[in-house]
Amino acid sequence: MKLNGKAWKFGHDIDTDVIIPARHLNTSDPAELAKHCMEDADPNFYKNIEAGDIIVAGKNFGCGSSREHAPIAIKAAGISCVIAKSFARIFYRNALNIGLPIFECAAGADRIQPGDRLEVNADTGEIKNLTQNESYRATAVPEFMQHIIASGGLINYVAKRVKNDG
Amino acid sequence: MPMTIAEKILAAHAGKDRVEPGQLINAKVDLVLGNDITAPVAIREFAKIGVDKVFDRHRVALVPDHFTPNKDIKSAEQAKILREFAKEYKITNYFEVGRMGIEHCLLPEQGLVGPGDVVIGADSHTCTYGALGAFATGSGSTDMAAAMALGETWFKVPESIKFVYHGKLNPWVGGKDLILYTIGKIGVDGALYKVMEFTGPVIKELSMDGRFTMCNMAVEAGAKTGIIEPDEKTRAYVEGRSKFPVTFYESDPDAKYAEVYEIDVSEIEPVVAFPHLPENTRPVSQAGDVKIDQAVIGSCTNGRMEDLRLAAEVLKGKKVHRDVRMIIFPGTQEIYRQAMGEGLIEIFIDAGAAVSTPTCGPCLGGHMGILAKGERAIATTNRNFVGRMGHPESEIYLSNPAVAAASAILGRIASPEEVD
Repeated sequence: MKLNGKAWKFGHDIDTDVIIPARHLNTSDPAELAKHCMEDADPNFYKNIEAGDIIVAGKNFGCGSSREHAPIAIKAAGISCVIAKSFARIFYRNALNIGLPIFECAAGADRIQPGDRLEVNADTGEIKNLTQNESYRATAVPEFMQHIIASGGLINYVAKRVKNDG
Repeated sequence: MPMTIAEKILAAHAGKDRVEPGQLINAKVDLVLGNDITAPVAIREFAKIGVDKVFDRHRVALVPDHFTPNKDIKSAEQAKILREFAKEYKITNYFEVGRMGIEHCLLPEQGLVGPGDVVIGADSHTCTYGALGAFATGSGSTDMAAAMALGETWFKVPESIKFVYHGKLNPWVGGKDLILYTIGKIGVDGALYKVMEFTGPVIKELSMDGRFTMCNMAVEAGAKTGIIEPDEKTRAYVEGRSKFPVTFYESDPDAKYAEVYEIDVSEIEPVVAFPHLPENTRPVSQAGDVKIDQAVIGSCTNGRMEDLRLAAEVLKGKKVHRDVRMIIFPGTQEIYRQAMGEGLIEIFIDAGAAVSTPTCGPCLGGHMGILAKGERAIATTNRNFVGRMGHPESEIYLSNPAVAAASAILGRIASPEEVD
């Protein structure tokens, strides 16, 4: 699967309160959450992005709260994937669980500039920067986690397992 | 093959003799936790799995504590989802408003988590229970849903980092200062994907309340969990309280660590974390003249008896500065009651503080203590991210309860030693 979009760049340690502030967590409706995605970093983010756009960030993206509302908001806003130098542990797992593709890629996080057109091969982890005419390779996702993704997320994976056991 | 305490607990729950860092395992869970923000999403996902019961109705805990008592209709609808799920699935550990507390204060108090357990909770501060010698870690709602169905979850066995604390604690220095100091040293991603094992003579001396505070904030260094080997203090805490059997594990002396830090606590004074990350730490004496609008004492980090006693020691016979709003929220109903019995609540009210029912509200900018644009708070909570307590242009400074109390009196960030 290929993901295409332009880059929106953020810094290091982007926390889940920035991704989706707690004041909006009195709902779990993805469409509502999407409207407030990244609003404390860029109040017009949701208005300005186009479907398929890509978030690019520094180290420790998604640190802080365990709120799954964070990857849910990003996905529902239409962002196709997140590329970062590193991800906070819980966010990484949550993103895989709900089927938001994420890529750990130090070179990409450094080199990509805001507005660059990117093409990401979700299967191989190859990131093409069409604007700068260069490419980077993301760290491979462990095989076990690929099974979860291939099943369509953790819930489908577990549902299949429960059905087979039953 | 020597193992750390975390590795031993995971091995036991995976039905293996040994595990090693990097290995992917399935481990049984002893308790699964969710709150009124995270559990509604988990319940929605649980319904898609196709099972008609949870793995063990006594080992799921549902605590409506974030937006409760409900602040608006939307949050009331969220809390209702928990209430109805608890009823339908006959969950025994559902804690209603008035009988509840802040989850990470409540569950240890109720004896629902203990030494040797594996706990996953849909709240990042689930790592608090490492203070009891449990392997406890925060997860998202989907992981919570899967664990409620299966009674197990997958882990990549994390490496451990050992932090050894030596020396003599200075006055007014406690668990909060040790963990802030440590995060200041290694950074907010200094323990990414790893276990922080806290040990050494200072930890042995530290109270259970201080240990809870330290493990609570392990996630603020990116850790999978914080953990402390259980000892006689742990035994005294869990005896007569634990609702399930407990197992005491300890690290082998020759266990392998990714890193070992030796920390001399005699050089640590009360610590303040400046905006907007817990790693931006300074000794309180170097805080400078920082005027504050609000002081907050409580949360799953510092809402326990020892914290309230420290605050009362500073506030007794004093008045909160007229430009400051002070909010104190005990961690549980039981802590509230005990604080009343000891006369602490009277001290707080006499000083001019607002005392609240247990809630996570102020800590996450949910309700009861939201900051306006440009306002500053000193808080004993665990996060000072942008917009955490309200307006994105407000500021939060993290400290221990004595520093927060002294700051409330003087109207600026201050050491308790400045209050006579």
